[in-house]
Amino acid sequence: MKNIQKITRMKLFFPLFCLLLVLLINVVKDPGFFQISVKNGVLYGRLIDVLNRGSEVAILAVGQTLVVAVSAGTDISVGSVMSLSACFTTMLLAGYGVNTTTTIVMPMALGLLAGILMGGLCGAFNGALVSKLRIQPMVATLILFTAARAIGLLLCNNQITYIRYEPYKYLGNFIPGCPIPTPIFVTIVVIVIIMLVLKKSALGTFIQSVGINSRAARLLGINSDFLCFLCYVICGLCAGVAGMIASSRIYCADSNNIGLNYEMDAILAVALGGNSLAGGRFNMAGSIIGAYTIQAITTTLLAMGVSTDQAPVVKAIIVILIVVVQSPVFKSWVETKKNRRRAEIKEAV
Amino acid sequence: MDENVILTMRGITKSFPGVLALDNASLKLRKGEIHALMGENGAGKSTLIKVLTGIYPFEGGEIEMEGVEGQAINHSVQEAQERGIATVYQEVNLCPNLSVAENLFIGREPRTKCNTIDWKKMNSSAREIMKNLDIPVDVTMNLENYSVAIQQMVAIARAVDMECRILILDEPTSSLDDNEVEKLFRLMRDLKNKGVAILFVTHFLEQVYAVCDRITVLRNGQFAGEYTVAEMPRVKLVAAMLGKDLDDLASIKAEGSDTVRKDVVVDAKGLSHKGTIKPFDFVIHKGEVVGLTGLLGSGRSEMARCIYGADRAQTGTLTMNGKELKAKAPIDSINAGMGYLPDDRKADGLIGDLSVKENIYLALQARKGMFHPLSPSEQNALADKFIELLQIKTASRETPVNQLSGGNQQKVILARWLATDPELLILDEPTRGIDIGTKTEIQKLILKLAAEGKSVIFISSEIEEMLRTCSRLCVMRDGSKVGELDHDLTQNTVMTAIAGQGKEGEQ
Ligand SMILES: Nc1ncnc2c1ncn2[C@@H]1O[C@H](COP(=O)(O)OP(=O)(O)OP(=O)(O)O)[C@@H](O)[C@H]1O
Ligand SMILES: [Mg+2]
Repeated sequence: MKNIQKITRMKLFFPLFCLLLVLLINVVKDPGFFQISVKNGVLYGRLIDVLNRGSEVAILAVGQTLVVAVSAGTDISVGSVMSLSACFTTMLLAGYGVNTTTTIVMPMALGLLAGILMGGLCGAFNGALVSKLRIQPMVATLILFTAARAIGLLLCNNQITYIRYEPYKYLGNFIPGCPIPTPIFVTIVVIVIIMLVLKKSALGTFIQSVGINSRAARLLGINSDFLCFLCYVICGLCAGVAGMIASSRIYCADSNNIGLNYEMDAILAVALGGNSLAGGRFNMAGSIIGAYTIQAITTTLLAMGVSTDQAPVVKAIIVILIVVVQSPVFKSWVETKKNRRRAEIKEAV
Repeated sequence: MDENVILTMRGITKSFPGVLALDNASLKLRKGEIHALMGENGAGKSTLIKVLTGIYPFEGGEIEMEGVEGQAINHSVQEAQERGIATVYQEVNLCPNLSVAENLFIGREPRTKCNTIDWKKMNSSAREIMKNLDIPVDVTMNLENYSVAIQQMVAIARAVDMECRILILDEPTSSLDDNEVEKLFRLMRDLKNKGVAILFVTHFLEQVYAVCDRITVLRNGQFAGEYTVAEMPRVKLVAAMLGKDLDDLASIKAEGSDTVRKDVVVDAKGLSHKGTIKPFDFVIHKGEVVGLTGLLGSGRSEMARCIYGADRAQTGTLTMNGKELKAKAPIDSINAGMGYLPDDRKADGLIGDLSVKENIYLALQARKGMFHPLSPSEQNALADKFIELLQIKTASRETPVNQLSGGNQQKVILARWLATDPELLILDEPTRGIDIGTKTEIQKLILKLAAEGKSVIFISSEIEEMLRTCSRLCVMRDGSKVGELDHDLTQNTVMTAIAGQGKEGEQ
């Protein structure tokens, strides 16, 4: 009994529990869920699919977690920034105004890097608005939420630029000879970098301090404004990386569809990870688990034959349930219920 | 005699995870009395109050209140208010971004005929209330523009203005000056004469003897005794609180406080910050403890903030150890060797959700820089050292700091700055809310730091405490420094200098 309580009090218990639940439902529905097969030299299977497709959300969740922690607000521009980064990269690689190309005019690595930096630049813009001008995060990021896609469209001369250059597909699909989808590797790299930074520096504690009480943090020697700015830049960079993957998957930059609604999934991932959207304490591992939980839900729904149009409804209901169960109000309600039961039992004895 | 009893709390038990905060605590309040609730930091005073007013549920015990059938258990603050219990909590819990008037009337705003808020009436009544208490505020300004002391007065005014049968004041005087305390006492006596029962928590013994009729002492969450003030001399009261005798309070004044002044540590010339403090000069030497004194709002805290660079000075220069220091942000001052304990613990000091350990090591970590993290064992050692040194009462070093009692939170912030081992330590009300036992320890610690060659700028609304520790006092009035006192420091000379009647205060 004691041990069970210890486990349920653990921070990661709930996010993991949700993920397991979703996976369990999947297995019951479709025993083949965990089956992984090899076709054409690459891995296939629903589990692989979740891991692969969940990459963008997981990477976005990393940045979003920091933004939520430091500023008690969300960056709702990440989906649009993904799209802008993708457009920027394809424009650089294909040349302005080119509709479809099989050769690229710039080294691919350079193009990808530029796209990621574009994300960072957008993050810097958001960060400056929030930390220097003290605009509400939601309002500040609303600007790029609406504008970024339009800018992307301009960069692509109002068309969808296709890059039919084989290596450009590697990032979002498979590298020849490797059976595991590349996005999984990218995600691992991003997560490892952020975890190392959090572990090897005091960044995490500083971010939490600023999120909890930025005035006090400043007075004890933390540069609150800069940290806030930094978190938005990191969030932008993450959006850039996610944008590269998304673009590479379809070897084009579809300005209107890349990263569509991804900001919502990223924010939900943070919430599902047991993080308070009021900022302060954060739990990076929780957010990442949350991201895959969301992806698992999406994949399940699609596999169960729920149409793409209706999937969001079911998703919303599930997410509401999970968030409510995690809320402190609900928890304390359960707690008092339990206590009352215990008291009644005592009295009866 | 017992017909007069209005409230009885009996055998109250309340635990938090890992702590038994109240263990069979009792309290009895009578009409028309001022009742002191005393005990060390973490003894359970605030918890007992919160149990009474419905903030915390509790596990065992009975509460009876006159006029209430059966158990008078409150489930919410509103319920307690309806039953006539008005409360001023230890942590001022008003809304900083609402105006003073709104804060005074929140939840009971005067209405117009169309049931909208009657702003005119609200502001004028608010003005009236504040004027009666003689507190100089603009009631339409946001509360956050005012000092903790004024915020505390607003909280008191709000509670007093509600019709109540029981008034609870949890350390209302911790940041008040003698003047304000006197105003508060007058108010309390008025209410007492009207038959209100007042529960008064304080760590100041003089205040207990000045207004209270009866004392209940809590020790480690347990009821330790109820006494009338007359039958309880100070020494016995202290012994009852601590469970042991305390060394003599008065004997800690530094020997030979007129030591030769040696190296200058900080030399400020013409520093000022627009709107808060006019240009001032200030010098502090190695091993010196200098007090800043003045009435509420005289600019003593603002002067400290200006020296530290919390508010960036617009004019003047500051040299530290012979080098000019242009602090753009507090971190520059910290790197130059300063430390600053702010007076508003909740708003400027605590990082609430972080643990005791993190709160202690953060300033040192900021000084070392983000990329040179302290190892977990260093962090633990540091936390343990200060928990031991300052006797911080906490379930563990990992406990979130906002779960500590008020006085223990204060100790954590003090520990934070001691941990950075600064050359110049600026302490604004360092002993606020700290019990008498530990207070003496802290005063000793300050003198010990000075003896080791550290310099300390010390602010306290308690003149006696300043006299005990400081070798020189800067007198502040209306946002400017009006003089210095460096010999013949007595309660009287200081009082007259502050009030501006003595010639010694003038330059
Ligand atoms: N919300 C909480 N969660 C956990 N523990 C708590 C909480 N509030 C108080 N405690 C613990 O209960 C004990 C009593 O605290 P309380 O605040 O009542 O002390 P106090 O007598 O008011 O002290 P002080 O003079 O410092 O204000 C302390 O050990 C404290 O750590
Ligand atoms: Mg208290």
